[in-house]
Amino acid sequence: MTSLVCPNPFEESGRVLLAHGGGGRLMHRLIESVFRPALGNATDLDAAVLPPTNGRLAFTTDSFVIKPLFFPGGDIGSLAVHGTVNDLAMMGARPLWLSVGFILEEGLPLETLKRIVASMRQAAQAANVQVVVGDTKVVEHGRCDGLYVNTSGIGVLGHDRVLGPQAVREGDAILLSGDVGRHGIAVLAARNELEFEVPVRSDSASLSQPVLDLLEAGVEVHCLRDLTRGGLATALVEIARSSALHLHIHEESVPVQDAVRGACELLGFDPLYVANEGCMVVILPEAEAERALTRLRQHEVTAQAVRIGTVLADPPGAVTTTTALGSRRVLDMLSGEQLPRIC
Amino acid sequence: MKYLDEYRSAELVGNLVRAIRSAVTHPWTIMEICGGQTHAILRFGLDELLPPQITLVHGPGCPVCVTPVSLLDAAGRLARMPGLILCTFGDMLRVPGTQGGLFQARAEGGDVRIVQSPSEAVRIAEQNPNRQVVWFAVGFETTAPATALAVKQARLRRLDNFSVLLAHVRVPPAMEAILSSPSNRVQGFLAAGHVCTIMGTAEYEDLARRFHVPIVVTGFEPCDILEGILHCVRQLEAGRHEVENVYSRVVRSNGNRQAQALMAEVFRPVDLAWRGIGSLSGGGLAFTPEYESFDAVSRFGPCEPAATGGPFSLADTGRNQEDCIAALVLQGIRKPNECPAFGVRCTPETPLGAPMVSSEGACAAYYRYRHRESYLATVTPP
Repeated sequence: MTSLVCPNPFEESGRVLLAHGGGGRLMHRLIESVFRPALGNATDLDAAVLPPTNGRLAFTTDSFVIKPLFFPGGDIGSLAVHGTVNDLAMMGARPLWLSVGFILEEGLPLETLKRIVASMRQAAQAANVQVVVGDTKVVEHGRCDGLYVNTSGIGVLGHDRVLGPQAVREGDAILLSGDVGRHGIAVLAARNELEFEVPVRSDSASLSQPVLDLLEAGVEVHCLRDLTRGGLATALVEIARSSALHLHIHEESVPVQDAVRGACELLGFDPLYVANEGCMVVILPEAEAERALTRLRQHEVTAQAVRIGTVLADPPGAVTTTTALGSRRVLDMLSGEQLPRIC
Repeated sequence: MKYLDEYRSAELVGNLVRAIRSAVTHPWTIMEICGGQTHAILRFGLDELLPPQITLVHGPGCPVCVTPVSLLDAAGRLARMPGLILCTFGDMLRVPGTQGGLFQARAEGGDVRIVQSPSEAVRIAEQNPNRQVVWFAVGFETTAPATALAVKQARLRRLDNFSVLLAHVRVPPAMEAILSSPSNRVQGFLAAGHVCTIMGTAEYEDLARRFHVPIVVTGFEPCDILEGILHCVRQLEAGRHEVENVYSRVVRSNGNRQAQALMAEVFRPVDLAWRGIGSLSGGGLAFTPEYESFDAVSRFGPCEPAATGGPFSLADTGRNQEDCIAALVLQGIRKPNECPAFGVRCTPETPLGAPMVSSEGACAAYYRYRHRESYLATVTPP
């Protein structure tokens, strides 16, 4: 005998509908079924009320529009947490609170959303940061690529210095926390734009723990910079220009996974310019280099930390590298995107 | 990494550099044909390691650079046709025609897709039976067989929505034009290894004999390039002019017979005006009568004539600004950093000539690795 109960048209679809963003019953159901289990009471109030903290605050925001939503080693949710947490960490701040804003495309499977939200929770827990406030909007089908996420973050500084290019000094050592290029290649491979398999996982991860460890051990850090779009080379050029110093590295000492190197060779990319999401440059006094390396290597995410170069004085703004062959070249910002070569 | 690190070994590089130093007694000017070789030379700083008697000049082996503006404009017009999908290699999107480049066309709503190989374009045609798909085919003899194969695939699958805008170019006519020029300074060539993989070495014998110029088939890794230079120098010093193959791990003297047969079936040589170099007899490829129906030009007919340059005319309308020396650079007569505009008014963001636009172009290579060359003065030399 067939049931006479009319199925709920919204529940049946299993997809995000415009009404999910409308502020009505459906939106509340979305909050109850998707957001609250993963993110707790973050969505209850109009604004999060935060307790007083001891120390200066760091505040940052970042938006994530990555395609595809899932890639080996992460997804847009974990990436959105790591990105903002790392921005705070680069100032030497302990990340405390995050806000999360979603823009959802009508038709997005609710299962997809649940997976992403669960992954955010996991990333936030691992980074020891709390999601305290959130917002959701839904746009018509075709108006965004599945979903976009914005995260803002607040962290507290346990020290009274300003880390950054202006603190870099001639003679400082340049350290790198891990191998380069994995995120860029993993995402490219996940887009199915390559006609070959690349066994590469994104390095997307929080760098907060190793940074706090360095600072709490009293290591005199001058500048931290996480490698994102533009890769290692671009990060170095930015530091060189802002500090008006010359950064010199030895290309051979920069770790690159074989699979990343192979993919870069085939595509005509320079791994020094390929994106990372869990790797940073650390600049500090020469005398602190060994101690910092020992500390960094105790953390899984920075286990491969190495010294890659030295800060020189002149000419200001320069980044140079000695190649494996002993010859030298200049590193500069890329013009436009790295695109596959054709011959 | 296996099969790669061996050819970048500092020890082998050192040995080759020493051998070149002891072989050279006169000044010699050598041209590497391929943009890939130019990039390797600059990326690894190989020219820095060479004795001062050797001057390397950079050849026209950047297919994006030499693609005639008229074909770029044609691609732009096709890309703007409603419903049409234009597929090409990523590099082509940056190069401006007279109507702005393909990036511009895409921004205006054109469906321009970057693919890694022509067979991807065929697959897109299969997946979109109600839309016309055009493969904008660019490249030397290295990529032409892949286009030929794609066309055959499309015919086999009866895809009547697939066609090709042909911009393939051939290397030997360009070498002949460079050697015939009254201002030529090239005394020896490093031939492009990948092209020879397909075509073999036979077509260079005649050039070497007629112009008394050594031609050494060379690869792309530091050791490959230095070995090519060493053999070229030894020939020049001994007064020989032969075709030599030092890339024998990849290149056979007969080349790839299957690929050659495929090309002969689908294409025939045709005169083409290369950007910056001018009309070259047999410098391009056209379809054989059997495959003419795949020609995008005949399928879509002459598009709207551009403000400058005729409809699908192969004449180079030229867009280079007055003080851009791109043409001289492409012929190896001048080096990119000898241009007054280089790095000042001509940068990858504001290019005056095609070699600055394409990542394979010689000017872009110099800009990427050399435009702040003074930076190197303070780093301990090798």
